[in-house]
Amino acid sequence: MNAILQIKGVTKRYGGLTANNDITFDVAPQEILSVIGPNGAGKSTLFKQIAGFVTPTTGEVIYKGTKISGLPPHKVARMGVVRTFQETTIFKSMTVRENVIVSHHLRSKASLLGFFFGTGQAKADEAEFGKSADDIIDFLGLQAIRNEIASNLPQGHLRALGMAIGLATQPEVILLDEPFAGMNHDETMRMVALVRRLRDERGLTVLLVEHDMPAVMKISDRIVCINFGEKIAEGTPAEIQANPRVIEAYLGSEDAAIGM
Amino acid sequence: MTDQTQTTPIVKGSAMSMNRVLGVGAFLLGVFVLVPVIINLTGRWDFYYTLTSVALLSVAAAGVWLTFYIGRINIGQGAYALTGGYVSAVLMTQYGVSFWLTLPLAGIFCALVSVLIGLPILRLRGVYFAMVTLVLTEVARLTALALPITNGAKGITSIPLPGELSILGLTIIPDFATLENPKLAFYLMAALLMVLTYLVLWRIVNSRLGHLCRSLQQNEELSASIGVNTAMLRVLSYAISSFFGGLAGAIFVAISQSIYPSSFVVQDSVNFMLYCFLGGLGYVFGPMLGTLLLYFGWDLLSVAKEYQLLIYSGALIALMLVLPNGILSLLDKKGGNK
Repeated sequence: MNAILQIKGVTKRYGGLTANNDITFDVAPQEILSVIGPNGAGKSTLFKQIAGFVTPTTGEVIYKGTKISGLPPHKVARMGVVRTFQETTIFKSMTVRENVIVSHHLRSKASLLGFFFGTGQAKADEAEFGKSADDIIDFLGLQAIRNEIASNLPQGHLRALGMAIGLATQPEVILLDEPFAGMNHDETMRMVALVRRLRDERGLTVLLVEHDMPAVMKISDRIVCINFGEKIAEGTPAEIQANPRVIEAYLGSEDAAIGM
Repeated sequence: MTDQTQTTPIVKGSAMSMNRVLGVGAFLLGVFVLVPVIINLTGRWDFYYTLTSVALLSVAAAGVWLTFYIGRINIGQGAYALTGGYVSAVLMTQYGVSFWLTLPLAGIFCALVSVLIGLPILRLRGVYFAMVTLVLTEVARLTALALPITNGAKGITSIPLPGELSILGLTIIPDFATLENPKLAFYLMAALLMVLTYLVLWRIVNSRLGHLCRSLQQNEELSASIGVNTAMLRVLSYAISSFFGGLAGAIFVAISQSIYPSSFVVQDSVNFMLYCFLGGLGYVFGPMLGTLLLYFGWDLLSVAKEYQLLIYSGALIALMLVLPNGILSLLDKKGGNK
């Protein structure tokens, strides 16, 4: 496998607490890979380390052959690995369109001074951002709420907006943090279809952390299961469902919890 | 704002910009023509001093406003006003540098100092940042007391008035000492500086730089993950803010022709913050209006004698309760016009 992202022995300790212990796995290009595990298993910590918000105590994250662990988030994002957040993480008092436009920052060719003086390049950039923002808004089906203030939006739209913000940075690898949390069945299925389209139409590699097992089983090419900071299983949805250690980790709630 | 002009019909867009041009024109006319004419007619020459102060304070407040715009409560602008004042005073009295050169130098010096201070403290948020900045003013005062170059508690006095500014033998600004009415000259200078400051501020807010500042204000983590160098942007905004503080301080020194460690104290820093709050944190021209109203309000209330402070602070509290988004939010119709 020619991995786009490699997690190599990543360990994170906070004092005496080991949040992640020697986690290793690879992510193939244009794969949808889910990281699952009970609450407090260390999934979010792992995501933060991949996106540069937290530096691993030991181990490293390799993206296309370059080490990205230890770099600040904006540099990691510039290289093409972008994390989206749970629903509340948007720019609340901007409109949907402003949210998406401002998120095009990485693509600006003009300098901040250029933007200040409104040079030709800056104007060209702004025009391009506007157009690209409209494309993304259309892609995600958010046309109707384009000029709504983000804080007025319902859950489902917020999630889509979070994704729009992520897409605006033109990532190659997108990290989705609980994209289905708090959604009903229909909303979840729509979101599952959307995540698939990210991969199929935009060629993204998708990593997601999620608790909604039916959705995870439906969407993932492969799954990595973490418990108490350690990787306990890795494989296709079918393999994960049959894995005794995974079932054990979900504490007897067995079948129901892993979506059978 | 490009996004607004694109989504609103063209007719409305041009009408809006027409209104804007008229508004700015009326403002400039009022500041540079009407005020001097009225003062001339009424003979209230003391108003020049008041209005000059308002203009300069609003320049410093503009800086504070910019730090608010990246989501930081800045109660330390007095420190930079003091620093800028001392830089200008020391350069003029001890090195014989022209005032006009010390003005940008004071601003730049403050910007550089603020980068050094800002790098560590801008990592703090909310009340923690506010507390550290509150201390800064006191640190600046104590530093001015202790350093030999600032002449301690005696301060620096008999600073010359701004001299002549000429380029290639062409006199652009005459020597203030030769003017029969330096008060008017100072007023025009301060007003011009205020106009330029708010022009810069308006441009910042309405360019991508401002959009990024807003993203920082609303969500720093998300801002970082869309690729914004948040640490750099924070320090940059703080440096611009301090630059304004330094400029204002330097001109104050030129007007009073003296500076002491107590020329700018914690009270001034708090005032700068209040001007922003009262004017409106969401409006570029908020700090200007806030400064005008609070400064004049305080002066007018002097008729209330010992109740002055009581009424003043009572009114402040009431205003904040009734108009939490500032006085300018009164103008704000639905749709969020800026």
